[in-house]
Amino acid sequence: MGKPTDLVQGTLDLLVLKTIALQPLHGWGVAQRIRQISNEVLQVNQGALYPALHRLEQQGWIRSKWGESDNNRRAKYYSLTPAGAKYLRRQQEQWNRLSVAIDLVLERS
Amino acid sequence: MRWYSKLRLRMRSLLRRRQADEELDEELRFHLQAQVEDYLSKGMAPDEARYAALRSLGGVTQIKEECRDMRRVNFFDNFQQDLRFGFRMLWRNPGFSVMAILCLTLGIGANAAVFSWIEGLLLRPFPAVAHQERLVVVVGTNHLAGNKVTNEAEYTATSWPDFIDFRANCKLIDSFIADKIMGTTISIGDRAQRVAGSVVSANYFDALGVHLADETGRNAHPVTVISYWMWKERFHGDPSIVGKTQILSGVQHTIIGVAPEGFYGTFVGWPIQFWVPISMQELFEPGGYKLEDRNARWIEGFARLKDGVTIEQAQEEISTVAKQLQAQYPGTNRGYDIRLLPLWRAPFNGATEMLPVLTVTLAVVFVVLLIACSNVSNLLMVRSFARQHEITIRMAIGARQGRLLQQLLTEGLILSTIAVIGGLAVAYWCRNLLVLFFAAPSGVVANLKGEIDWRVLVFSAGVCLVSTLMFALVPAIQAGRVDLAGSLKSESGSVFGARGKARIRSILVVVQVSLCFVLLVSAALLIQSMQRIRTSDPGFLTASLLTTGFDLVAAGYDATRAKDFQTRLMDRVRAIPGVDSAALARVRPFSYNPYSSEQISVDGYQTAPDERPSAEYNEIGPDYFRTMGISLLSGREFTDADDETTALVAIVNEKMVKQYWRGEDPIGRRFQLKGQSLRVVGVARMAKYFSYGEAPKPFYYVPLQQNFSLRTSLNIRTSRDPTAIAGDLARLIHELDENLAPGEVITMRQHINRSALRSQQMVVALLSIFGGLALLLAAVGLYGVMSYAVSQSRRELGLRMALGARPTHLVRLVLSHGILLTGVGVVLGVAAALTLTRLFATLLYKVSPRDPLAFGLAFLVMSTASLAACFFPAWRATRTDPVRALRD
Repeated sequence: MGKPTDLVQGTLDLLVLKTIALQPLHGWGVAQRIRQISNEVLQVNQGALYPALHRLEQQGWIRSKWGESDNNRRAKYYSLTPAGAKYLRRQQEQWNRLSVAIDLVLERS
Repeated sequence: MRWYSKLRLRMRSLLRRRQADEELDEELRFHLQAQVEDYLSKGMAPDEARYAALRSLGGVTQIKEECRDMRRVNFFDNFQQDLRFGFRMLWRNPGFSVMAILCLTLGIGANAAVFSWIEGLLLRPFPAVAHQERLVVVVGTNHLAGNKVTNEAEYTATSWPDFIDFRANCKLIDSFIADKIMGTTISIGDRAQRVAGSVVSANYFDALGVHLADETGRNAHPVTVISYWMWKERFHGDPSIVGKTQILSGVQHTIIGVAPEGFYGTFVGWPIQFWVPISMQELFEPGGYKLEDRNARWIEGFARLKDGVTIEQAQEEISTVAKQLQAQYPGTNRGYDIRLLPLWRAPFNGATEMLPVLTVTLAVVFVVLLIACSNVSNLLMVRSFARQHEITIRMAIGARQGRLLQQLLTEGLILSTIAVIGGLAVAYWCRNLLVLFFAAPSGVVANLKGEIDWRVLVFSAGVCLVSTLMFALVPAIQAGRVDLAGSLKSESGSVFGARGKARIRSILVVVQVSLCFVLLVSAALLIQSMQRIRTSDPGFLTASLLTTGFDLVAAGYDATRAKDFQTRLMDRVRAIPGVDSAALARVRPFSYNPYSSEQISVDGYQTAPDERPSAEYNEIGPDYFRTMGISLLSGREFTDADDETTALVAIVNEKMVKQYWRGEDPIGRRFQLKGQSLRVVGVARMAKYFSYGEAPKPFYYVPLQQNFSLRTSLNIRTSRDPTAIAGDLARLIHELDENLAPGEVITMRQHINRSALRSQQMVVALLSIFGGLALLLAAVGLYGVMSYAVSQSRRELGLRMALGARPTHLVRLVLSHGILLTGVGVVLGVAAALTLTRLFATLLYKVSPRDPLAFGLAFLVMSTASLAACFFPAWRATRTDPVRALRD
């Protein structure tokens, strides 16, 4: 059972949470949205997406609810919990710090 | 709320697994369909779109498995699987299972039993009392009489007027309960029986709805609440008991209630059979009427804190009140403070005696548990070698180390869970064991019950978990460290005593030996201390001295009749053939019954500003010193002439002479007691008065005739047998008064054994039992390691034999390995014992905690046991058949 490395896993969590923060989405929608917003740069490994969703739900960051999709099919929608919103803010700050640091390193050397 | 939603999700994934799984299916199905539609809209052919969608998702089963992992379902699934497998493994190896469970049951059972004693005697001793968790002990302290060196105040009782003031002024305390144990003799059926009773404040039974009369008026309220036992035994469960009467201490008492079953009063050690209101104090408590005397400290009290109040807050408040009382009544209260203590530190009941005993025992049974655990650990390790094949296969098909650990720990948990159930059964059988040490004088059964409540269950569950980790973790980690290629080589080719896995097992044995050695040293020290006590001289005779007592108060005598009875009785007792001498005394040495104690002022002695001279004294009859075998250094004994018509006299002890007369002969000097002047007529040699451990203290004697008491002990010096004298005495007393029954006739030695040696005997007995158990377990452990080592190095042994080694060589080889292990263990044990035995130095009498004899003895026992444990494996080594060993 290959586990994604910490960095990848952390990044995926961040992307998923951010996407869901805008509006409740089902799994497929999450993958699509990430692809669209990133101008097709980020391709979410769909095999890793569902375990990530289930883990985030277990941790209480997101919650799920069955609803109707655009073409009237039953789909499981994920939305952010208040705790998840807080967690997302923290993660985002951390990411910003990290990317600034990497930029600095790359520009100076 | 996060934990709540998490918990809800966990429970859902666990309890409604099918639903969760179906939802996951549906979720993934939706994903596929959406993806297919997406591809179709981009112009792919239907088949191709479906194929591409499946490919982009990856292995569906794997995703599902991973999602389940995320939901922690697998953990429980695996646990269930491991449980089933574990039970199968245990069933298939009954020898191993029984051995391991037996070891653990003994270890855990010993712990559960001792903890249930601690629970039932120290932590929650009064199960029938409401809110006993808020109950604290009220004791007085006296800074002037305390230990000047350690600045430790001496504990005293409390006076009734002080008690009333505390009750009125302490706002943080719900209620104060005054309580004082005393005894009387009642007739149960046709036999006289000594029973314990309590003088208690009126609110004592408030929780039960029985108000115990008024607290005012001297001897004004002869009413009583009787125990359930007395109601059953004495009144045969009479339903209309309330309103009937019972003679207590010669006075008719009206019964106003029966205590509920299971309520034994608030005294650790003896069950209380009746309760009388505090206004009846004078009748039951020697020393006259005390309810208005602030200087008479006799109450042993409890306080119930208000809900939410800590003992520290209440302490602060009551100390403030005590300070006010000191200022208000300097004559009686100077230096007196109050301490609130948790129930287990109560200085006035059986808790005092049980606390050191039970703490030492708890430490000991923990060591036994450690030894038992390392034994099971050893067994598990041996078995993990046998299971190496299975483990290798598990690893080869991809089991992670953590998964393997989980399985082996689960198997350990099964063992210890079974052992806990057995252990609790052991604790249940042992809950009354401590009563055995309290040989009951005349049929009273001590009340020393272990309590098995939910705390004991939680404690045992904790012990179970901790011990599982202790015994199963090391073998499990070891088992997980199989290197796949290396496990093809078997250990049978190893050299005797080689390193490797055997090393961990050797370490375990070394640990066992050292722990066991510590216990042996402790047992040896305590046995030695007990021997010292037995042979030490208390300052009076212990053999050929008989002691008994009779209760004239309970028989309804008044002072005049009692004096007459005592005179006539003593004449006849002295006339019994074989009796050298006999004497009455109010208190016999080493008894729970306290001596009288009063402030004195010695003529010509200049007191320091803060000093208040006081000394304990005993009221004795003529011939006391001759009978007890205490020699007089100068002056004379009391005689029949020292009665109420002649001048008051006293005999003082050596310490008193040293302290108040600078060692000069005090004959003819005087001191004041209760406003009367006493003339010293003799000096007695020092003796022990209350316990062997006590420091020499000033003490004096006054004639019984001048300080009359209706309750006395009778001491008889004779070379005849106690039972023979008992027969003569019973006949004699019967002739004088046919309603009076004499107490039990025992030797002074027996009396001391019962009172002063009891806690020593308890510790020695418990430590011997558990020390023996530890020795057995350690020997079994050593035996196991040695015989395994022999069986694993058969090839080497065979080779040695083939090359001409004699059996004695092989025996020496094996034994030397065992001796090495024992030796290292003993060295570590000596180091541990040197630091640990100091902890119970208080229990030792005239024995250093580093006594070389005890260490030597422990060494002897330990090495004998380990030689015995190694001998059989060594003998088996010599029976190795070289031909077969080399061919295999």
